[in-house]
Amino acid sequence: MFTIEAKRVLTPVTKLIVVQAPMVARKARPGQFVILRCTESGERIPLTIADYDREKGTITLVYQEVGKTTRLLGRMGVGDAILDLVGPLGMPAELPREGRVLCVGGGVGVAPVYPKAKAMHEMGVDVVSIIGARSADLLILEEEMRAVSTAVYVATDDGSRGHHGFVSDVIKQLLERGEQFDEIIAVGPILMMRACVEVTRPYGVKTWVSMNPIMVDGTGMCGACRLSVDGKTKFCCVDGPMFDGHAVDWAEAVRRSRIYLEEEKIAVDHMNCAEGGCRP
Amino acid sequence: MTSKGSRVEMPRQAPKERIKNFYEVALGYTPEMAMETARYCIQCKKPGCVKGCPVNVKIPEFIEKIAEGDFAAASRIVKETNSLPAICGRVCPQEEQCEKYCVLGKKGEPVAIGRLERFVADWEAENMKIDTPPEPVHPTGKKVAVVGSGPAGLTCAGDLAKMGYRVTIFEALHAAGGVLVYGIPEFRLPKSVVAREVEYVKSLGVEILTNVIVGRTITVDDLFEEGYEAVFLGTGAGLPKFMGIPGENLNGVYSANEWLTRTNLMKAYLFPEYDTPIKTGRRVAVVGGGNVAMDAVRCALRLGAEEAYIIYRRSEQEMPARAEEVENAHEEGVVFKFLTNPVEVIGNEAGWVTGLKCIKMELGEPDASGRRRPVPVQGSEFVIPVDTVVMALGTSPNPIVSQTTPGLRIHDWGGLIVEEQTGLTTREGVYAGGDAVTGSATVILAMGAGKTAASAIHRYLTEKQGR
Repeated sequence: MFTIEAKRVLTPVTKLIVVQAPMVARKARPGQFVILRCTESGERIPLTIADYDREKGTITLVYQEVGKTTRLLGRMGVGDAILDLVGPLGMPAELPREGRVLCVGGGVGVAPVYPKAKAMHEMGVDVVSIIGARSADLLILEEEMRAVSTAVYVATDDGSRGHHGFVSDVIKQLLERGEQFDEIIAVGPILMMRACVEVTRPYGVKTWVSMNPIMVDGTGMCGACRLSVDGKTKFCCVDGPMFDGHAVDWAEAVRRSRIYLEEEKIAVDHMNCAEGGCRP
Repeated sequence: MTSKGSRVEMPRQAPKERIKNFYEVALGYTPEMAMETARYCIQCKKPGCVKGCPVNVKIPEFIEKIAEGDFAAASRIVKETNSLPAICGRVCPQEEQCEKYCVLGKKGEPVAIGRLERFVADWEAENMKIDTPPEPVHPTGKKVAVVGSGPAGLTCAGDLAKMGYRVTIFEALHAAGGVLVYGIPEFRLPKSVVAREVEYVKSLGVEILTNVIVGRTITVDDLFEEGYEAVFLGTGAGLPKFMGIPGENLNGVYSANEWLTRTNLMKAYLFPEYDTPIKTGRRVAVVGGGNVAMDAVRCALRLGAEEAYIIYRRSEQEMPARAEEVENAHEEGVVFKFLTNPVEVIGNEAGWVTGLKCIKMELGEPDASGRRRPVPVQGSEFVIPVDTVVMALGTSPNPIVSQTTPGLRIHDWGGLIVEEQTGLTTREGVYAGGDAVTGSATVILAMGAGKTAASAIHRYLTEKQGR
C-alpha cells in the first residue's frame, strides 16, 4: 500500500514525497488533507495534500521534520511504505473562479497553498503569491508557485532573499499601495497566519486560513481539533481546515496548539535515546 | 429438576493492584469453576434466557455441554449464533438480558451466563488451534459492502459470509473493531480478544479494508458502481457531545471519545514507548453517568490520577451505567458526586483547566425518560479543583455517510431512519444497524441489528435475483 514513489529534499528539514494512494488520489481536492501513521506504536498526524495525480494514483505530501513522526517519515525513502494513510479528509477549499487572489505561504505552508494557487490559475484567476521562510535555503516550491502566479514576492526573516521580514509585511505593503484582491489565502505556521489576518483585517479583505490543529481520528469523532470561529465551536477535521481568518479565535487556537509541547519533546528525546543518542 | 452447582464468583484483580495497570480486571474461570457454575443451570424446557438474548444464543444447550466438560461442543453451539462470544461474555449487560429472564434469578441468583460464555470463548482460543470450521456454503458470488468494523458490522459481515456472500468491510481507522478498540478499555476488553474475534470473522472469508472512510475515500454510490449489490452501514455513534458551557475549549478538557481513543486505540498509557500522549493531571473529573463515563474515570486512575470524580446530575439510582461497572469504580476509589451539574470550566491565565464549577441539583417530576428530572438548586454553585475534565455525555451518529449518500434520511438527532424488522434504510439496497440507528447503545444490540440486517440483505438479494 502507500509506497513512496519519489522523494525530494526541498531544504535540510523539508521533504516532499509522492505516495501511492489511488483511492485518496481519486477523490482529493485542493484544501483537503490526510492522516498518516508510520509505525505500529506511532501517532496519527495530519498532513495537507500538496498535489495529486488521479491517473497515476499518487498524492504529494510536503512536511517539515519537527516531531517524531515527521522525523521518522523523513528517513523513509523511495520504495518504503507508510503503514497507514487515510483521506481525503476535511472540506475542499471553496476557491474563486475569477478575479484576483493573493496566495500567501509561510515555511512549509507554501506546500498546501500550491494546489489552491494551481487550481485557481487553471480556472483563470489572477493569482499573486507571497512565499516566505526563515532564510533563503528554507524557501520551497518557488518554481512551482511562479508557474501558476502572475507575480511572486519573496520574504525571508533574515533578509537572505527578497523582503527582509515577514510575509505579513509584504501583504501590508501591497494593500497600502492600493493593490486590490478579491480574497487572500494565507497558510503556514499559526503565528504567521495570525499576523496575516491582523494585517488584512483593517482592509476588510476576506482572508482564508488553513488551520492545522492537533487531531486524532480526523473524522469528527474526538474533538481534539476544535476551535472557535465566530464564537461557535467547530471541528477543524470535518468543518475545515479552511476558515475565515477574521472569525477565528487565535488566542485559543495558539494555546490549544501547544497542549503537548512537553510530550513532543519527550517523544523526540526518547527516540534519540533509543538510538543511542542519549544526552548524558 | 433442582439445581446442583452454584453461581461461582469470577476472580478479579484486587482494586489496589489493578488501578496500577491496564490488565483485565476479571480473570476468568478455571474449567472447574465453569463446570460448577454450569451445573447450577436447571435446563428449563422453555428457557427465558434465550429470549432475553438479542442474538438468541442456545444458552441451555451450551451450558449443558460445559457441565459435561465438553467445552469444544459448547463453543460450537455458541458460535452458531454468536460470532463474537469472547466479547459478549465480557461486555454484555447480562443483568438486563439473558440473566434477567433466568428462572433461578426470581428467587435467588441467576445462572452466570455471561461468565460461562466468556469461559467457552477463551477456552476455544487457548485449546482449539484451528477455529471451529464454518459450515461449507456455496458462494452466491454476490458482493456486499459493510461500512464500519464495530460489533454491528462484524456480525453482519460474518453472517453474510456464512450465507455465501463475498463481504468487504470498510473501516475508517487503522485497526478493525470500532468502539471495541477505540472505546472500551483494555482492562475490560483486552484488544487481543478483539483481534482474535476479528480474525475469526476474516477466517469466514470476510475482507477488511482499514483506512477507508466511506463518504470521503469512497461513497456509497461508488460501492454500488463497483458491483456491491447491498450495503450495510454500521458506522456507529462517533460524534461527541459537549455541554455548551463556558471554558469547554480550555486546555485539559477532553471528550470521552478523545480521552478513550488516545488511551485505548493509541495506547497513550504506554507513552513514550507509544508516541501518542495524553495529559492526565492529578485530579480528573468525568462528567456523565453511563458506561463510557465509568470507562473514562477508571482509565484516569490507571493513567496516574490521584483523584478521580464522576460528576452526575441525577442520583445513583438513575445512572445508566451497569451496576457491575459502578461497583468496580467504587472499589477503585472513584469519588461520585451525584446531583451535581457543571456550569463552567475554570481555567488559569495560560488557559489550562484549574477547576469545574458545578451547581447542586435536586430531583423533580419525572421527565420523558421516566426518570425524575434534575433541577438546579439556586445559589448552590461550588468549584471542584481539577486539572482535567472529560465530557462523557453520550454521542450521536457521524453524519459523513448520510451527508454524502443521496436518498438516506435521518432523524433530527442524526440517527438513520430504518425499518425496524429489517434495518432497511430509506434507500434500496442500503441497510443499517447499531448505534448509527439507535444512538449510543450496547454492543449486543448492535450485533442483533447486524444479524437482522444480514438476514434481510439475504432475502433482498435472493428476491432480486428471482425478479
